[in-house]
Amino acid sequence: MVSGLINENPIVYEKKERRVRAESSNTDELSAEPIDQLEIFDILFLLSLLYIGSFVSPEHFTHHIRDIKDPEHPYSLEELKVVTEDSVEVDDDKSYVRVTFTPTVEHCSMATIIGLCVRVKLLRSLPARYKIDIRVAPGTHATEDAVNKQLNDKERVAAALENPNLVEMVDECLLPSFE
Amino acid sequence: MDLMEKNVELVEVQKLEGHTDRVWNVAWNPVSSSPVLASCSGDNTVRIWEQSSLSRSWTCKTVLEETHTRTVRSCAWSPSGKLLATASFDGTTAIWENFGSEFECISTLEGHENEVKSVSWNAAGSYLATCSRDKSVWIWEVLPGNEYDCASVLNGHTQDVKMVQWHPTIDVLFSCSYDNTIKVWWSEDDDGDYQCVQTLDESNNGHTSTVWAISFNAAGDKMVTCSDDLTLKIWETDIAKMHSSEGYVPWTHVCTLSGYHDRTIYSAHWSRDDIIASGAGDDAIRLFVDSKLDSVDGPSYNLLLTKEKAHEMDINSVRWSPGEENRLLASASDDGMVKIWELATKP
Repeated sequence: MVSGLINENPIVYEKKERRVRAESSNTDELSAEPIDQLEIFDILFLLSLLYIGSFVSPEHFTHHIRDIKDPEHPYSLEELKVVTEDSVEVDDDKSYVRVTFTPTVEHCSMATIIGLCVRVKLLRSLPARYKIDIRVAPGTHATEDAVNKQLNDKERVAAALENPNLVEMVDECLLPSFE
Repeated sequence: MDLMEKNVELVEVQKLEGHTDRVWNVAWNPVSSSPVLASCSGDNTVRIWEQSSLSRSWTCKTVLEETHTRTVRSCAWSPSGKLLATASFDGTTAIWENFGSEFECISTLEGHENEVKSVSWNAAGSYLATCSRDKSVWIWEVLPGNEYDCASVLNGHTQDVKMVQWHPTIDVLFSCSYDNTIKVWWSEDDDGDYQCVQTLDESNNGHTSTVWAISFNAAGDKMVTCSDDLTLKIWETDIAKMHSSEGYVPWTHVCTLSGYHDRTIYSAHWSRDDIIASGAGDDAIRLFVDSKLDSVDGPSYNLLLTKEKAHEMDINSVRWSPGEENRLLASASDDGMVKIWELATKP
């Protein structure tokens, strides 16, 4: 079994200066503001993923995650450029969003977990009418077709989310983002 | 009613509320005099709905609960209408018997390594088939005294098997999968030794992504399949030859319906009077009919109508009722609702 980090030296990018939204002239509290790219990105920005990449196989991962208290790289997905504003395509009228994320390492075995966390975060934050597509940025992962297929098969996602160990892991990853 | 005049519409008869999670599948009881519908859900239960002959409205007669410990993914009535099989993510398939207004779980089929996705009875009610994410298809023999014996474990699919469906008149079993193929299983002798006799994949004009469902026409010489590749495909075989000859007669691709859906098509169902209904991830129900135009390229199908926003979320299942009189269609959705529709002539 490979020990050590999957990504020993992640490239950490400067955080983008937070844009201040212009004061809305819409004072009707009952009308919903259309959801745009910035809002989806804000939802995802707060998603801090704990990169605990010491393991190769998923089974070992779920078993060992509880043993590790200190994350190796406590950076947010934005700082690692896993998700940027440009990686979010949203059309509020069509109730459609597509998130393209870039795993930091081409063989990152965490890609499906990251994708699942992104999907769960969006499912819990967006209105039910939304159609969500998640994908790995083309050319950034060795088995991107296989990962994309799993992430977008809702029956597989539903079954995975009935696995208490997996839900616990996802909730742990999402916890800082809901504070 | 001349369907090609397009003077028909799909009218919502009733919305059946009750499930507390997405509804995955609906199944009409094949024999009951008044319409009976079963629905199964992510809330781990199965609901039985009946239409009152007096008020014409639908109510939930029973809830089958405290048996499955996870999502119930699929349900199927036996041809006699007396038994209901339910397939669950908990890895088991439960058999329920109808005693008046009550249902009792009389048997539990175990064996699959993980989530069971689908269950199907053969025409005689003597065999059951189930399939799972464990990539296998199991055939179970129905024996007297509520005994169910595993007759065969069929391996061949390289990924999660989404649905199994017995042919309506011959004991040939069909399965479709996340591996993008449809497999046909047949036993040459009646010894129950089933083999994969055909695989419909990309090389025979098959699907290019997960195949979610299979449905046969009443005659059993045609079938429709639907997929994550956003198409419906029609296949056919020489059924007379299959009935009479000694060997297996292969299925061939007839046509592909593309450009009508832009989200995954989860369900397709072929009615007794040859209308194909599809349910997709864009919340719409679509109906297709044979164009009946003689063409050198073979049969073609036309879109009869699209019911946009039939539900608030993805449609997981569409099923035509077996009844003779009115054309009823049931649909199940991620929004937790079951809806009953009637195909009626426009006023």
